[in-house]
Amino acid sequence: MMFEAIVIGTSAGGLKALSTILAALPSEFPLPIIIVQHLHPHSDSYLAQILDAKCQLKVKQADEKESVAGGVVYIAPPNYHLLIEEDRSFSLTCEGHVNFARPSVEVLFETAIYAYRDKLIGIILTGANNDGSQGVKKIKQMGGYVIVQAPATAEADAMPNAAIAATKVDKILPIKQIGPYLLQLINQSKKVR
Amino acid sequence: MDQLETQNIELQLLLQAIYLRYGYDFRNYAKASIKRRVLHMLVKERFSSISAMQHKLLYDVSFFERLLLDMSINVTEMFRDPNFYLALRKFVVPELKKYPFLKIWHAGCSTGEEVYSMAILLKEEGLSDNTQIYATDMNELALKQAKNGIFDISRLKQYTANYQKAGGLESFSDYYAADDEHVIMDKSLKKNILFSDHNLATDGVFGEMNLIMCRNVLIYFDRELQNRVFRLFFESLGTDGFLCIGSKESVRFSEYSDAFEDVVKNDKIYRRLGSATD
Repeated sequence: MMFEAIVIGTSAGGLKALSTILAALPSEFPLPIIIVQHLHPHSDSYLAQILDAKCQLKVKQADEKESVAGGVVYIAPPNYHLLIEEDRSFSLTCEGHVNFARPSVEVLFETAIYAYRDKLIGIILTGANNDGSQGVKKIKQMGGYVIVQAPATAEADAMPNAAIAATKVDKILPIKQIGPYLLQLINQSKKVR
Repeated sequence: MDQLETQNIELQLLLQAIYLRYGYDFRNYAKASIKRRVLHMLVKERFSSISAMQHKLLYDVSFFERLLLDMSINVTEMFRDPNFYLALRKFVVPELKKYPFLKIWHAGCSTGEEVYSMAILLKEEGLSDNTQIYATDMNELALKQAKNGIFDISRLKQYTANYQKAGGLESFSDYYAADDEHVIMDKSLKKNILFSDHNLATDGVFGEMNLIMCRNVLIYFDRELQNRVFRLFFESLGTDGFLCIGSKESVRFSEYSDAFEDVVKNDKIYRRLGSATD
């Protein structure tokens, strides 16, 4: 399986979890990583700056109509849903909250499936709600790959638990192992090719 | 050809059918959001395919109206992005005060919250008496609500906070009456507002405007339609007219980038340069 993109959804406790994963990835990591972190609507773009300072990959807020590029980490802007078009560019919308959230993990995951089909890895991390659980279910239905943070290692375990309950996920891993596992998964898929 | 590609063809046909039957043109909307909405409607209404849904909406006007409500996003708020209104007051209002008479077009005004925000700002700046606001939207129901100027009270706290952050000079409660459920905007605010039906995807130029507001509408359009709308705005603005768009939108990646200069970069306030050059 040759993967082409990674989508991540997280809420409460997400900054620490994201920092842990991204810090484990080298600057030549080939896939785009697209993240929805639930944020206060009026918080600014600090999340991208904080993460950018902490890891080797470039981290930025996703812009409207921007093309998705490999080796870049994109963060959904606060108060907008982030969607991926089938030509692999970003769209933003301010339609209503989904699962009480904007940006919503569900919206990102669903549209990422339209664009990447079975070449998609979906990851659910710490969070105190169930946003993204239907999204991981759909990723599995399409034949993609799903990793969930082990609930015991999550600051808030509701989101990982909801994802695990929604479908048969591929891997449940402690937060520290997710980054190294992604590297392994990507390297394996390269060899297969 | 696999099933997913067939589904994309069905989606294109659906949008074509809506256009031919009802005149609403979603064909150049960004596809991901439209597709997501259509697929959710499909599941909710238990259709076996998009084609089956298309058949229903061609013959059943009320079904189409429900779908239309779902497809045209009407999410807005009073003084949305308070910083923008602060910038408008600080950098644009002094320029507007130089004109004897003002024409403002609020395109895609949805349920009108931002039109009333603008009317309040103009009133506080002493500009209401010589200003005509044209507020337009393609959605008749939204436009009707905008005209009524009656809003749900549940968001009043947020609106009041936004008003203060936006540099409001008075007390926000001066501008409405409230009952248990509703906020009813002061009638005097409506005096200079003309609400009318206009579709950015299909309709034409709107008079010599001094300022055009169109915030968080362009994000729903593809590049081609965005270019059409920027052209429409360019042609509808008088010399030195202002263009205000949403905080995540930009004229910079469009064919009309050279036709506008930045006034306040972060708040996406632009000014039209020179005369038409084609």
